[in-house]
Amino acid sequence: MPTALDELFIKVRAENRAALIAYVPAGFPTLQGCKKVIKAFVDGGVDAIEIGFPYSDPVMDGPTIQAAATKSLEQGTSASDVLDALKTATDLGVAAVVMTYWNPIERFGVDAFAQAIADNGGSGVITPDLTIEESERWITATDSASINRIYVVAPSTTDARLPLVTKQCGGFIYAASLMGVTGTRAAVSSGAPDLVARIKKVSNLPISVGLGVSTREQAKSVAGYADGVIVGSAFINKLLDAPDEESGLEEVKKLTQELAKGVREGR
Amino acid sequence: MTIDQSEILGHFGPYGGRFVPEALIGALDELAAAHILAQQDPTFVAELNHLHATYTGRPSIITEAKRFAEHAGGARIILKREDLNHTGSHKINNVLGQALLTKRMGKKRIIAETGAGQHGVASATAAALMGLDCVVYMGEEDTKRQSLNVARMKLLGAQVVPVTSGSRTLKDAINEAMRDWVTNVESTHYLLGTVAGPHPFPTMVRDFHKIIGEEAREQVLELTGRLPDAVLACVGGGSNAIGIFHRFISDAGVRLIGLEAGGDGVETGRHAATITGGTMGVLHGTRSYVLQDKNGQTIESHSISAGLDYPGVGPEHAYLHDIGRAEYRAITDAEAMEAFSLLSKTEGIIPAIETAHALAGAIKVGKELGPEAILLINLSGRGDKDVQTAAQYFGIPL
Ligand SMILES: Cc1ncc(COP(=O)(O)O)c(C=O)c1O
Repeated sequence: MPTALDELFIKVRAENRAALIAYVPAGFPTLQGCKKVIKAFVDGGVDAIEIGFPYSDPVMDGPTIQAAATKSLEQGTSASDVLDALKTATDLGVAAVVMTYWNPIERFGVDAFAQAIADNGGSGVITPDLTIEESERWITATDSASINRIYVVAPSTTDARLPLVTKQCGGFIYAASLMGVTGTRAAVSSGAPDLVARIKKVSNLPISVGLGVSTREQAKSVAGYADGVIVGSAFINKLLDAPDEESGLEEVKKLTQELAKGVREGR
Repeated sequence: MTIDQSEILGHFGPYGGRFVPEALIGALDELAAAHILAQQDPTFVAELNHLHATYTGRPSIITEAKRFAEHAGGARIILKREDLNHTGSHKINNVLGQALLTKRMGKKRIIAETGAGQHGVASATAAALMGLDCVVYMGEEDTKRQSLNVARMKLLGAQVVPVTSGSRTLKDAINEAMRDWVTNVESTHYLLGTVAGPHPFPTMVRDFHKIIGEEAREQVLELTGRLPDAVLACVGGGSNAIGIFHRFISDAGVRLIGLEAGGDGVETGRHAATITGGTMGVLHGTRSYVLQDKNGQTIESHSISAGLDYPGVGPEHAYLHDIGRAEYRAITDAEAMEAFSLLSKTEGIIPAIETAHALAGAIKVGKELGPEAILLINLSGRGDKDVQTAAQYFGIPL
């Protein structure tokens, strides 16, 4: 059975545009505030939402998302808060996934976590530090819960390895635009189109590009060659920089609207 | 040489493996291959042996600690003197090996994490010797408790980056080093300092340290005519312990005992005794025992010893524990400091505070086994770096 995420990409491909995927860690800026951010994403016209599971040792994240995760963890954000945020998003009718480092999944219980994602309307899970070699239990668990496994591939992933990873993916393939950690960049890396082109040779799955996208212009250029545009740190910066929650949420909605235009202008 | 599948994937039973961003897979594969080829290459082996003989000061000697033994149930106590290595600890064994591999891989820059500063100093030393750029990540907290080693690294030409994220200790230094590596993996080798992290690190770092046990086994046989009853070592990430244990694993009659940092006591929750007080989990790219809460968040560790203050442990130790081949016990800060003082005053050897945990273990195990027993202890490092901490602890004005 296709997930909401699978259906989203069928729809955006038919509309000949890219999807806008927005990221926020659960419990950021607060447990309630996170739900308002999700609402602002939806009001701004987002296509899908990634709920981050804040983690104590986020080696793939730059200072912005680290700061957000720390702030969230200080408030005691738990696995059930992550699932709660996921449900907030799916109840609003958008496709949503959880992005998490592996250890919290293993701690929750691999089968139970996959099932909990499905039970809360989630389409799948992005696992940035789970290698395919360590995925046996996860593959079984996600298959039986009928959710998408989303792996991240990098510019350094060899042509020989690429099909091995993409074969295990569902929903979309997460293409990391550059060698590095999350965070906004002045320009989207020139490595991104190359990587997307290499993936297209081995897979027909939708491809979303993340790392370093923050503006309408950047979204537009990525939409020229990818099926999805993932934005995270740019939203978090808006919330961290805002004088108060209200204005932060307003900024998030505005940026979502801008980016939503960007993903429709690329082709 | 035959390599079985678990060696290729780096598993020790259910432990080990690779839990890393896809971006690092290429570099880890390259490193694993370089390590295997180097081990089979007589030129590499000769070059490393030559460095050990002319630079490290290997073989390191053994010393029988007779006056100390009086406080350890009268058992014979034999110290393997890794403290006499250049730079003052066992860390140099691994660092020289990896630095040579770095050159073979054509990389010009190394990065390292450090807790006590011993691994950082050893890395900075090797970088100076081999003309490599060196950046050392060190938790801000540790740069304060080990300021002498920060100065040493700078004198050796390394850049020391204080890490201000998370608990500002070793685990956060590793996070920051991994972020650097993901970004600069083309030019840079991550010279990890212990038997943790993703494959091939646990296997490779062990291979560079196993010389400790190989030498010590011969030396103890020569001195005493038999194998020791027990081999003891402190366990932070577990490199000095696996180094001295490894050659003895097949000697079924030899007990292998790892001493973890019990901090204020395991029951208080303020400790770094990962095997004694932790649960199975994934941290820094490997599956092992981890100090973690019910959501899988890492719990900050506590120890008077910066080098043991780590909430993870090498996967091979987790495995040796589970199969019952090695035992792990916790030593509190107070017990370690008592042993620190005792070795200093009875033998004229000031040990590293890390090492003092192994010595405190020897006092206990010696009393349990009695005067017939022979104990081999890895004296992993010397205490120069700890003079300030110890002076403070014992109320000696500086
Ligand atoms: C002297 C000494 N012993 C032991 C350790 C702990 O590391 P490992 O458990 O990897 O030997 C350190 C770490 O800094 C050290 O400096």
